[in-house]
Amino acid sequence: MERVPILKIGDILLVSIQLDMSDQTAVQLQEDLAERIVATGCHGVIIDITALDIVDSFVGRMLSTIASISKVLDAETVVVGMRPAVAITLVELGLSLNGIRTALNVERGMELIAAAHAEELDYQLDDEPDAETATP
Amino acid sequence: MTAGIDLGQPQAQSVRSDEDVVRVRQLVRAVAVASKLSLVDQTKLVTAASELARNTLVYGGGGSVEVTVVDNGRRKGVQIVFADSGPGIADLDLAMTDGYTSGGGLGLGLSGSRRLVDEFQIETSAETGTRITVTKWSR
Ligand SMILES: Nc1ncnc2c1ncn2[C@@H]1O[C@H](COP(=O)(O)OP(=O)(O)OP(=O)(O)O)[C@@H](O)[C@H]1O
Ligand SMILES: [Mg+2]
Repeated sequence: MERVPILKIGDILLVSIQLDMSDQTAVQLQEDLAERIVATGCHGVIIDITALDIVDSFVGRMLSTIASISKVLDAETVVVGMRPAVAITLVELGLSLNGIRTALNVERGMELIAAAHAEELDYQLDDEPDAETATP
Repeated sequence: MTAGIDLGQPQAQSVRSDEDVVRVRQLVRAVAVASKLSLVDQTKLVTAASELARNTLVYGGGGSVEVTVVDNGRRKGVQIVFADSGPGIADLDLAMTDGYTSGGGLGLGLSGSRRLVDEFQIETSAETGTRITVTKWSR
């Protein structure tokens, strides 16, 4: 079985799917990513599907699952590079990529993740003084 | 691979593993490209084929796929037959409903692929298994 490589770039894991994945390869990618998120402490995952000429219900479900798993592990997932014909087909198939954030390309994806992470840090900072004033 | 395809002949691919489902996608794509379907139509047909071939494998216990270039005198198209000798589909209306799955799927394979093609035909019984024929015509 072929395996999809996962690259670490700064605080982000980048997965660029270059092959027509078998279902088994897709499931393996899901597991590999969860392990890498924990091992690296990365806060963002970018899945680049520019090379994919179709996304069927199995791969669609895998993308949703990865997004949910990474959320639980405190990382944001962004899917980038979806081809127009793939988007049209997905809608007609009836697949709503639930909980999946998308961006046009890797660069935009990185901006999205950076923004989401900054917001979260901000929120934590804002929260602390409030919590202190609340304690008598 | 594409170069070796004789479009005058039906192209067969057995479906015994999930690697075979990948091969079905590649075969359908090659024939769809050679038949000059538009990019969107190629994408829809390959996606439908992926769904139906996976069903053949998962629920039909494996089977075969045959891809043929067809011509109705006005237009050319691609026809695909998915056949298995599995248990058949007991309640077809239910199985064709968006979101119905007897497994852990999304229940979009049958209903969704019907929307992605121009013609969709099912013959199914417990005795003979399931045979699905889909056709996509060039515009
Ligand atoms: N070839 C087949 N033989 C027997 N039963 C089938 C076959 N194809 C589909 N079915 C039945 O029809 C149901 C619906 O199929 P469909 O492809 O729409 O959904 P799914 O495979 O369960 O999920 P998804 O395709 O979205 O992952 C299946 O759960 C299964 O019970
Ligand atoms: Mg299915």
